[in-house]
Order: sequence, then C-alpha cells, then structure tokens
Amino acid sequence: MKLCYYPGCTLKTKAQALDKTARKCAAALGVEMEEIENWQCCGAVYPMGTDEIATKLSAVRALEYAKRNGGKLLTLCSACHNVIKRTNEDMKAGGDIAIRANNYSKFDEPYKGETEVLHYLEMLKNVVGFDNIRKAVKNPLNRKIGAYYGCLLLRPSGVMAFDNPENPTIIEDFIRSIGGTPVVYPFRNECCGAYVGLKNKELPKKKSEKVLSSAKEKGAEEVITACPLCLYNLQANGGGILPVRYFTELLAEALGVEE
Amino acid sequence: MQRIGVFICWCGSNIAATVDVKKVAETIKAEPGVVFSDNYQYMCSENGQQLIKNAIKEHNLTGIVVGACSPRMHEATFRKAAEAAGLNPYMVEIANIREHCSWIHKDMDEATEKAIVLVRTAIAKVKLNAPLTAGESPVEKRALVIGGGIAGIQAALDIADAGFQVDIVEKNATIGGRMAQLDKTFPTLDCSACILTPKMVDCAQHENIDILSYSEVEEVKGFVGNFNVKIRRKARFVDETKCTGCKICMEKCPSKKGLNEFNMNLDTRPAIHIPFAQAIPNVAVIDSTQCIKFKTGKCGICQKFCEAGAIDYEQKDTFIERKYGAIVVATGFKPIALDNFNEFGYADNKDVITSLELERLMNAAGPTNGVLLRPSDGEHPKVVTFIQCVGSRDTSGCGKPYCSKICCMYTAKHAMMIREKYPDTEVHVFYIDIRTPGKNYDEFYRRAVEQYDVDYIKGMVGKVYNENGKLMVQGSNLIDNEQVTIASDLVVLATAIEPEPSVRKIATLLTASIDTNNFLTESHAKLRPVESPTAGVYLAGVCQGPKDIPETVSQASACAAKVIGLLAKSKLKTNPCVATPDEAMCNGCSQCANVCAYGAITYVEKEFRLGGGKTEVRRVASVNPAVCQGCGACTVTCPSGAMDLRGFSSKQIMSEVEAICKK
Repeated sequence: MKLCYYPGCTLKTKAQALDKTARKCAAALGVEMEEIENWQCCGAVYPMGTDEIATKLSAVRALEYAKRNGGKLLTLCSACHNVIKRTNEDMKAGGDIAIRANNYSKFDEPYKGETEVLHYLEMLKNVVGFDNIRKAVKNPLNRKIGAYYGCLLLRPSGVMAFDNPENPTIIEDFIRSIGGTPVVYPFRNECCGAYVGLKNKELPKKKSEKVLSSAKEKGAEEVITACPLCLYNLQANGGGILPVRYFTELLAEALGVEE
Repeated sequence: MQRIGVFICWCGSNIAATVDVKKVAETIKAEPGVVFSDNYQYMCSENGQQLIKNAIKEHNLTGIVVGACSPRMHEATFRKAAEAAGLNPYMVEIANIREHCSWIHKDMDEATEKAIVLVRTAIAKVKLNAPLTAGESPVEKRALVIGGGIAGIQAALDIADAGFQVDIVEKNATIGGRMAQLDKTFPTLDCSACILTPKMVDCAQHENIDILSYSEVEEVKGFVGNFNVKIRRKARFVDETKCTGCKICMEKCPSKKGLNEFNMNLDTRPAIHIPFAQAIPNVAVIDSTQCIKFKTGKCGICQKFCEAGAIDYEQKDTFIERKYGAIVVATGFKPIALDNFNEFGYADNKDVITSLELERLMNAAGPTNGVLLRPSDGEHPKVVTFIQCVGSRDTSGCGKPYCSKICCMYTAKHAMMIREKYPDTEVHVFYIDIRTPGKNYDEFYRRAVEQYDVDYIKGMVGKVYNENGKLMVQGSNLIDNEQVTIASDLVVLATAIEPEPSVRKIATLLTASIDTNNFLTESHAKLRPVESPTAGVYLAGVCQGPKDIPETVSQASACAAKVIGLLAKSKLKTNPCVATPDEAMCNGCSQCANVCAYGAITYVEKEFRLGGGKTEVRRVASVNPAVCQGCGACTVTCPSGAMDLRGFSSKQIMSEVEAICKK
C-alpha cells in the first residue's frame, strides 16, 4: 500500500531518527511512504486568529495534493499532524478560511477537506493492525515502557479525534504489540512545557521532570513519544531521569530493521 | 347533504405569524360541503369554543374541522365543545396547522398553501366520519407500585390511605431503596433513616399494602383499569412466613466474606443475611452464589440453628398473577460506573471514593460506625477534596450530558458535616457551577462557605494521582487563573446518577416510552409530568429524571392522586375507534390475530345464510373492543381488506391522500 507522506521540517533536521526509522518500519510492514512533492513548513503552530490564512496555505496545498494522490495524507510529527488535521477541518467546515484559501490557491477544483489525515500511529492501528505488528515482531521488547502523549496528538479532542484525551490507550496498545509492558502513569498526557522554554527556562524543566519522575515512579525504564518538541524538552530539560526515544525507534528494534 | 364548519385558529402568533389564517378561512369557504368558515385568535378559549358551539347550532353543522394545534393537545377540548352543542364528538377532525405547518416553515406563502391543503384533507375525512359512541370497561380497584424506595413507599401509602389495595414489588430483599443508605438529608440535616424507616414500617403494617420483596415483574398484559401482571417471587431460601429476624443465622454462617451491597461493598456480610437492621420485611435471604451449602452441598449450619425452621434450600422461584387498575413505576437510580474516568484514579486508589460510599462511611450503622476513616489505612483524613460533576454535564461522551441535580447539595452537606465533626479537617470542593435552586437550598450552600469555611474552587479537575502516599488533585482555579494541586487524604467523587438499569425491561413490558438516557418519558413535560403516555402508567422519582427526596416525594404523592382518581371511577370510557371486521369478507386466516399486540382478536364459528334456505358455518375474526387499542396493525395486515378501524377507515385515509394530491 502506498500513502502520501508529509515529513515536515524537523524530521529533516533534528528529528531525522524519527523519519528514517518510520520509513524502514513502514516498508517492513508493507506500507510505502511516498513523500509529497514540494511540501513546505506546516506553519508549526495552528494559528488561533480567525482571519489568519497565510500560515495555513502550506497545509492546504499538501492536503489538496494528497486528495489527488490516493486521498490519504500520512503525518508523523505531532505538531505537523495537529496543524494539518485542524486546517483540514477548517476546509471541511467551508467557512471564511476555506473560501479564502481556495480563492488564493486556484486549484482545478476547490478543496473541501476530502483528504483523510492519518497519523503514523493511526496507520499502525487501523491500516496495518496491531495484531499484524505482533506477528511481524522479531525481537519482542521485554521491558517496561512509558507512553508520553503530550498535548498535540490529543487536543482539541473533538477535532483531533485521536483518542480519549484524559485516558488515551493507543500508544499503550502499540507497546503491547511490540512485546513491551506499558506503564500507565498520570502525567503521560500532561504538557512538556513546549515553546515556553524560549522565554522561561524553568517551566519546561519543571514540567518535563514531573513527567519523567512520574513515569519512573510507576516503574518505566524508558519513555517514548511521537513528538520532536516533546522529545527535545524531555531530553534537554528532564534532568536525565529516564531515556526518551521516538516510538518508531522501538518499533524498528522490535522488527529488526535497525541500522 | 353534509354541512361542514371550518374553524381556523391563530394560536396567538404561533400560527398567524406564518400562516395567513384569514386567507385559509376564506379559501376554504369554496370547498364543496363547507357552509361555514371562520378564524379566531384562540379557538381553545372560552370564546373560541362558544364560536364553535354557536356555529354548530345556527348552521346545523353535521361535522366540523378545526385547523389548530396537534390533536394530542386539544382534540378532546373541541370534541367536548361539539358534544355540548349536540354534535357527536367523533364528527370533529383536527387539521394540525401548527406543529405540522407554522412551526416548521418560514415562508408565509408556502405555509399558507400547505395549511389550506391540510384543512382540505381534514374536510375530506370528516365527510366520511360516522357518529361513534364510547364503550365502557370496568376498573380493577388495586394498584401496583414497582420499586420500594422512597418514591414507591410514598405512592403506596397515599393510595392505600385512600382505601385502595396496593402491592409494592421490590427486586431487593428489603424496601427502603437508596434513601435507606443515606446518612443525613439536606437541607435540614435530619437523619435519613429516622424519617424513612417509620414509613417503611407503615407500609408493612398497612392493611391495604402487600409488600412483595425480592420479586420482579415478569409480564404485563391488558390496559388501563385492567392490567394482568405476572410477578416472579425469587427464591430467598428462607420462608418469609416463618423467619423471625433473630439473626442467629447471620452469626453462625461460616461464609462471611460476601461484599456488603448495602454498605457499597466497603465491608462484608454473611451469605445468609438481613440487608440492614431496619429491613422490611425483617427476613433473611441467602446469597446462593456465596453460600457453602449451594456450592459444595455441605454445611447447612443456618438450618440447624434456625429455631423457626425457616431455612429452605429447596425453595424455587414462584409466580403469582394479579390484576391491577393502575401501575406506578418508581424504579430509582444508581451512580454511574467510573470505568470511563480513569483520570480520577477510582480503580487504583482505595481513598478515592464516591459520594454514596462516603454516606456509608459517615453513617453510624456503616462499616466504620460513623467515624470518618479512610478505607486504605483506617486513618482520619486531614484533607478531603470533593470533585463535583464527575460524569454529569459531560460533553465528551464519557459520561452523561445532563445535570444530576442532587450533587451540589449533597456535596455541600458532606463538606459541612465533615467540618462540623472534625474541625481540624481541611475541605476543598472543585465545582463547575453551583446549582442550588430550591427552598432553603442556597442558604444551605452559603453556610458551607461562610460558616464552615469550606474552600470552594471554581474549576475542573484534570487528574488525581498518588504521590508519596498523598492523593494529588490537580485542577484549575478559574478565578485565580492558575493550576492548583491539592495534596489530599481522601477524594470524594460526586458521581452522576442514572436510572436503575432494570427500568429498560420494565419500560418494554409496559410499552412506556424511554429517552436516550433511559429516563422514562412523561406524557407532557409541563402539564402531565407524572403520567406516562401509556394510559394507566404513572412515574415517580428518578426513573423519570434526576431529582432529590423532596421532589421525589411530591411526585410520588402526585402519582398517588392520579391513581386514586382513576381507581375511584366505577367505569372507564373506552376508545370507540377500534377495529371491526367485515364478516362477509373475512376468510378466517388468523393473520390479524397474529399481529395484534394486545390479544384483542379471537375467532368464532358463525352461521351465515347463503340464500335459498341454505346456510354455512365459517370461522371469522372477532375483536374485543375493550382490549383493542386502535393501533391499526390488523387493518394493514388483513389480506382480504375485511378489517377496518372505526374513525380511521381505509376509505377515510384514501380520501385524505386524494385531497393532498389534488392540485
């Protein structure tokens, strides 16, 4: 199966490990990730201004491309997924933003949110299936692993429709499928501190340490995440309490496709 | 020659703002058979009805059409008016130009055109109406109350006091319901048991009340005034007539590890037990899933010690059938399961409890003898945090969309009682809104804040987690615009309430309608709040919607008044719009009897003359008009077209369709 894939800037620079392992694992699971042509930065943060369209146009272009090339758009970075999924909902809603984005873009036919935005985890769950991953695993990871969701995959929950924002389970199910033991800890859906570190170094430190110590207290040996910014904060500001890796790195280890 | 009168109602602006009522009345004048047509601001008013009466007399009308609201609203009103003017009440037809027209359309021209068509349709039907006379059916002077909580108890006592027989069917081993589990009641803080148990005793001693505890309704047949109900009396393995309630069996029972449902599973009870000290009937019951005798065949200790010889391991479920004139549903509620709310840590932390569990912990007859001790280690909690709206007003789909209505008040009660008994305890309450309408209710809540210094925090809680033996409650304080974390010893969840799940089965048995939240639906939200749309079925307590004890008791008494009104009648008028077979056409195929949900159709052998002195005996359908509900299922099933419904004949309906289709 072939899926249009939107990598995003960070996955080409700081988060290359996320991108590379994801591609290898997908190939091993029978999914071909086809990077879309001429993609640009997603905008990084979904703008709350109701009259803001410029920073959404890149997402719209990627979505419209995917519409013409299979109808699905695969994302991996939590921030990109959040921006693209929410922009797609704007286009579906057909309001002012949709009209202006279409007027500006001059597509052959107006884009109305037809593309299905699929996060890599959703792809593993719904396209490949966790049962099939379990069968493909060569090195079951017999360790205790804490899932860290962060905010962007889960919220706003109505639009993201990713999982229950208070009690998510998808990454725990993923951990089980690769032979690990998920550790459920209360701070797995709490904010890491995000960009606030640029202004106030103390806050992400406090938040990230809290996340990791909470996971450690519940018995986790490591923590996995899907978000480059979360990974950065947990690693740089988390006080080294636990190792933090991308979920795809563990998937690659389990499938035996590591370098 | 038919002489039809047409009356178009404005319903204030309800109809007149969207339908040009004068134009409708004018246009209709041209219809063949119409000799009078007028419009009036409120046709249902005294003056409006007078207008109808005068027109019937002055113009010798043979039938009338009222273009107004739904017939469910005022058909009876206009039939009465017609009858008073000497017209048969079934010569009245309603054209619903409000719910079916003005309320759902915006464009005046379109709505007016549609209203004209609807009135024409009713005219086409009324021309084929025949005068009908209502029959009569007897009333069984006995009421059934399903559920023996405070709602059922109050309804039963009021009906019984009026001199009618009442049976209370309660599925548990004792009556008393949820109220028996409560410690104190708001806003007066009087002891729940002290005001409830005398009423329970009154029920037991009342000559007109029969308590059928540990019993369930199995089957309901019949109709208002004449219900036939089959009741399952579950085997309690103790002879109710012999047991003296001495409790020696409870002392001697070797299997004492059963979860005590009455104490919300906070402690244990023996396999043979009386649910609580003041249980009515004061008779033991054996939990056969726990009893050693049932599991291994050995034991029998209770039987040995029972001086009354009441223990009977061989007892089986029995069934009784009784006739009732009216049924009160009072099945009550339960707190919702907290499976969808892991963030509050209920499953993982013993010291996260529900409000109903706290009631038992505060109660002198509870597992801690009324001393507030936390379940994990039996220590006094020094910081208690309440979380309101757990599963109530929930838009995420994890809980219930409605407000459970009682939680703000009982949480204020709990907070105050803790501060009163243990002044050194810190009490916090997280809330979304405080909802305390009701007599002396807001004053009660303010006392918690002002007099008892309870710390109310406006904001929702995100999570409760355990850190170094403390329950950390993390939430937002919207007034101070900050995130707060409160290290607590005990966390109490004001859990949403939902109708007792068995109400679904009861609703099906009674053909009573139920809403998406499993609350039974009342006939009219404002004007018929205690009646189910199913005639003869009445609703009391939380089965109809969330409510507190005062409201429940009021509703139960209102139900009783309705039931007494019904049972006081010697005869009930029956609906004359029933099915009738054309015996010449009926071939006795039984299809109509098969679809009849009310068992109203039977078959009789009848002799028919064929002419020339010959006769033949044929099997034909026969409808019992007292049982037929006029649903029409048989008329559409009959393959030979022999079955017809009075007042809604196939001919009348076809003429309506033609009137609608005519340009």
